[in-house]
Amino acid sequence: MTDDNRTNSQNAFDGMALEQLEQTHAEWEQGEVASFLARQPEAKTEYRTGSGWPVQRTYTALDVADTPLEDIGLPGQYPFTRGPYPTMYRGRNWTMRQIAGFGTGADTNQRFKYLLSQGQTGLSTDFDMPTLMGYDSDHRMSHGEVGREGVAVDTIDDMEALFDGIDLTSISVSMTINPSAFILYAMYIALAKRRGYDLNALSGTIQADILKEYIAQKEWIFPIRPSVRLVRDCIAYGAQHMRRYNPVNISGYHMSEAGASPIQEAAFTMANTITYVEEVVKSGVPVDDFASRLSFFFVSQADLFEEVAKFRALRRVYAKIMKERFGAKKPESMRLRFHAQTAAATLTKPQYQVNIVRTAYQALAAVLGGCQSLHTNGMDEAFAIPTEEAMKLSLRTQQVIAEETNVTSVVDPLGGSYYVEKLTTQMEREIFAILDKVEAMGGTVKAIEDGWFQREIADTAYEHAISKADGEKTVIGVNKYVEEDEDVDIETHPYDPETEKRQIARLHATRSDRDNEKVAALMEELKAVAQDPSRNIIPTTIELVDARASMGEIIETLKGLWGTYREVPVF
Amino acid sequence: MTSEDDKIRVLIAKVGLDGHDRGVKIVARCLRDAGMDVIYTGLHRTPDEVVSAAVQEDVDVIGISLLSGAHMTIFPRVIELMRDADAEDILLLGGGVMPDEDVVELKAMGVAEILLQDTPPAEIVATVKRLVEERGPR
Repeated sequence: MTDDNRTNSQNAFDGMALEQLEQTHAEWEQGEVASFLARQPEAKTEYRTGSGWPVQRTYTALDVADTPLEDIGLPGQYPFTRGPYPTMYRGRNWTMRQIAGFGTGADTNQRFKYLLSQGQTGLSTDFDMPTLMGYDSDHRMSHGEVGREGVAVDTIDDMEALFDGIDLTSISVSMTINPSAFILYAMYIALAKRRGYDLNALSGTIQADILKEYIAQKEWIFPIRPSVRLVRDCIAYGAQHMRRYNPVNISGYHMSEAGASPIQEAAFTMANTITYVEEVVKSGVPVDDFASRLSFFFVSQADLFEEVAKFRALRRVYAKIMKERFGAKKPESMRLRFHAQTAAATLTKPQYQVNIVRTAYQALAAVLGGCQSLHTNGMDEAFAIPTEEAMKLSLRTQQVIAEETNVTSVVDPLGGSYYVEKLTTQMEREIFAILDKVEAMGGTVKAIEDGWFQREIADTAYEHAISKADGEKTVIGVNKYVEEDEDVDIETHPYDPETEKRQIARLHATRSDRDNEKVAALMEELKAVAQDPSRNIIPTTIELVDARASMGEIIETLKGLWGTYREVPVF
Repeated sequence: MTSEDDKIRVLIAKVGLDGHDRGVKIVARCLRDAGMDVIYTGLHRTPDEVVSAAVQEDVDVIGISLLSGAHMTIFPRVIELMRDADAEDILLLGGGVMPDEDVVELKAMGVAEILLQDTPPAEIVATVKRLVEERGPR
């Protein structure tokens, strides 16, 4: 066997066949294609993906000839391009996890129970802005926002109300929260301990991905360094005490919502991942002790094939990074698992029922891309947070895909598609190219401080807005098939104006019914731990929340030590 | 050609805890590209900070972006502060996600215009120019 043959044997096709194909392809271009074009030109002069990449008329074996066969591989095997598990949905469907949160803990608890009664298989919690930003409900910055966009949680008493009557050892719970995540994490653990659960029986995730906050979602409290340390502490604590829990959910979703293209979303998320892994390893935890508990969260957009390629490329890139860069040994440390959500920014107010259709296709892309968990947006979310009815319909959308379409019968059904394999490899290479660029800039934190990611995303968002305004990018109901006299009749989620008052009363009741000396003593301990970056902040935080300290009290104490973050705005 | 003095001055602000800044940055850029002087406050500002910055910068327009649902709390506060600061000749505009019935109420309160999501950039620019022209010199 010659060297040349050996190289080819690692690829999908042998050299001879490819040469022949190349010739056939050229003949086809000059023959059938040319004569067809002479009669009827194509509708556009160029065709592009959602990321703006030009695509060919069709793809052939020639396009995947430079993709090593082992990069495609098999499901459940390194580099996991085809899926993190060998049987995927044949074993168990993805977790249907509709996010919910509004009002007080008790209000959201009702919604949780409703969704579970409708066949939802996981829980996901949306918090209100004050909780997300670490303010108590009675802080002046919280005025007007308590319980509005999500549930208000000030103390462990709210956490108890939120999960009342729900067995947390039999359902996985996701909590979308970032700068104040370590406190919610501590509340969840404290609640589990009060209920006598084995912490190793808890499953679910806390988002706790602060880097993408500075880049995109813009929920922050402290400066970058102490914030990254908090994420590190969550991961390190989880590695020791919670075998099935994901203490971080590294997210591209919010970057996409802020305007990032699929390739930017993918690459920037990997840049953040590298930083977290470095931090935890630096603190002395071996990579194989925690990497299997890293989890991910991506958007699922409208360009179906590109999205599928994105998910496949992400799995491949992550596997390579963990193996080659961090020296992981266990396959579980190299296996990327992700939650997906359909793209909220694509929802429209005009002809809002069309959102159901958009969401369904986006959900299909996530499933064909091998997601582990999925949230489908409500048709009414361009108006307000969703109603129960809208959420039921979204859940049914997932159930139709899972139970009526048969797409779940075959693992990675688009694997081997010339187009999808080509896009996957292209996406992989571009992600690595962007990672090299970030590295050359001095790493992720430096690039954030320089506003690089933020500018990149703002540029893409601007271009997108312009192409939408020009009609170049079609949005049904907005710039095409517009109904001029559309009379929108929609029932949206009502906000109870008494929420703020009710929640503040709860908080004050908690404060007046606790051992304040104990809280004060623990707060002193927290300060000591916070000032020693070699220590983990989670154990003391668990004690504090168990003693019914409020989130705002903990955050204000730490602000006194660490200060706050202020962005230099770029546009 | 417009002289420096004729340039419309706009303060674009994010108020409250809302971090959604995709739209506000696009608006800021479109207005700047249309030749206006644009000051963007950045995130998480209070109504007091916004009104005093507007007075200090002597702007023609304040544009507040809100996607958090807190608009019925924040706009009345801003209007009150503008009245206190004797700055009612500054045009107040809103943008973001707000229910139609709230838009009606906000305009009755004194918000000159609300530009909701998916308003094309050209329309935003035209609206600002028209409103400033209608208001006349200060």
